[in-house]
Amino acid sequence: MEAAAEKSRKRRDRKRALVAYSFIAPNFIGFAVFTLIPIICAFALGFLKWDGNNPIEFVGLANFAKLADDTFFWAALKNTLIYCLGTVPLTMVASLALAIVLNQKVKFRGFFRTVSFFPYVASLVAITAVWQMIFHPSKGPVNAILYYVFHVQNLPNWFGGKLILLTLILFSVWKFMGYYMVIYLAGLQGISAELYEAAGLDGATTWQKFRYVTWPQLRSTTFFVVVMLTISCFKVYDVAVMLAGGGDGKLGTSSTVLVYYIYQKAFQEWDLGYSSAIAMVLFVLVLIVTIIQFRGEAKYEKD
Amino acid sequence: MKTKSASKKRRMGRIGLYAILIVITALMLLPFLWMLSASIKSNTEVFQMTPFQWIPDNPKWDNYIKIWTKIPLGRFIGNTVFLTIVVTFLQLLTSSFAAYAFSKLNFKYKNGLFLAYIATIAMPWQVYMVPQFIMMRKMGLNDTLLAMICLQAFSAFGVFMMKQFYTGIPDSLCEAARIDGMSEYRIYSTIMLPLSKPALSTLTIFTFVNTWNDYLGPLIYLKTESKKTIQLGLRMFIGQYSAEYGLIMAGSIITLIPVLIVFLCLQKYFVEGVASTGLKG
Repeated sequence: MEAAAEKSRKRRDRKRALVAYSFIAPNFIGFAVFTLIPIICAFALGFLKWDGNNPIEFVGLANFAKLADDTFFWAALKNTLIYCLGTVPLTMVASLALAIVLNQKVKFRGFFRTVSFFPYVASLVAITAVWQMIFHPSKGPVNAILYYVFHVQNLPNWFGGKLILLTLILFSVWKFMGYYMVIYLAGLQGISAELYEAAGLDGATTWQKFRYVTWPQLRSTTFFVVVMLTISCFKVYDVAVMLAGGGDGKLGTSSTVLVYYIYQKAFQEWDLGYSSAIAMVLFVLVLIVTIIQFRGEAKYEKD
Repeated sequence: MKTKSASKKRRMGRIGLYAILIVITALMLLPFLWMLSASIKSNTEVFQMTPFQWIPDNPKWDNYIKIWTKIPLGRFIGNTVFLTIVVTFLQLLTSSFAAYAFSKLNFKYKNGLFLAYIATIAMPWQVYMVPQFIMMRKMGLNDTLLAMICLQAFSAFGVFMMKQFYTGIPDSLCEAARIDGMSEYRIYSTIMLPLSKPALSTLTIFTFVNTWNDYLGPLIYLKTESKKTIQLGLRMFIGQYSAEYGLIMAGSIITLIPVLIVFLCLQKYFVEGVASTGLKG
């Protein structure tokens, strides 16, 4: 009697589990085959020498040793980090300011919110083409204004030399601030109105309300925004290729970035092991940021 | 007296606020307006500054016709529409399906499986794109649209986002339905799906925009011209006809329209969606 009940319970449990797995399977199978397996292979590939066709050769740490003397790699790493250092704080400040403004009761708020999101959804190929025209060194309207209105004689070349990184940073702030604005907006809406009322009764100024209510209340949102921004900056590729690459899409040492070098080594030179070694550097950078994020989240939960 | 100066101060504040808004909106919109304006100009008119005209005396509407004959734009758009719709559909279906099990069902290895998703969420695709390509090539998927679908339809991000949203829906709702004898599939389709409009809209915007605008993925996989996407096609056109400014801008406008339509249709759920799916951290 008891055995039969036990058996039927087991059967029911198994049926339940099967139902659950049937929910997960469609996504998980695709995810395992096309994401998990390649990730595992990526770690192995860094220690191999392979061109994709000929026999694979195990070379240990040789790829990583080669990185140390590769000036193009160091240029790519340096540019990626500079790009990060410029883009992350500027985008954060701009998107927070925009979110605060768009959280006020203003007319046409929906319109303003929608418009500030346009650059984020717009195709990169299309808008980089516009930026290249607007910032065209000899013909573009930006330099025309500098020349006619401000009488600047040595007009800047926005896409060459040292200025290119600045252009990449400005472009990225413009393109991505709308997205982070939405995240901040969601954060702002989570702040209780009572806090502001209490601050108002204490006679707090607008700045004090920001400093002592908004900013501390948004701490975890800001943290999230900075982490997401940093990771997305490490991955930069298409912005650089399209703004700095010219017709053939080739980047020099002044504008190269890590992902460009990964792409170049793998799909142009078919040095798969070496390209994976560069990818590992990218992975370690992202890993560091992720560990900081986990530490930070644990800390906020404790507070 | 005091109230008067306070209201004056407030009015100044309002004016300042609107001034900031207008400046920001101008910065956001000007490149798009410039794009529109340049798309109906000839190549010399595009850069004419003195005087600058938003609408030229003889608008060249035929830029919008010519661009279709210079490159196989129809083909590129067809490929991209197909790809984007299939990827978005698969992404919504499979991730909401999996997320339901992760948030509302109990089974063995649940935490382990979900950890696999979490662990890869921060992993940049660029780290494993090379072995992924080699694998796809071994499977014979190189240079096919199917490869792009496999690549983009099963993201960890979608599962994570939907799971966050479902976790916010009370379990008691499902329990009650179970007592009524509803199967899990019915609960998912008749109770959970209709409730998840904000999350689904948000995921649709992200997936649609990312797939439509993706550049590096198609660049690696799609080699035959007839299989290329609109982004590759437009980029190719810019490379070949770099001085045809009017045509480039007309092509750019055409590639922007579909995403803008999707975004405008779904954006009313967007802030709510971001707020309720844990994307704000």
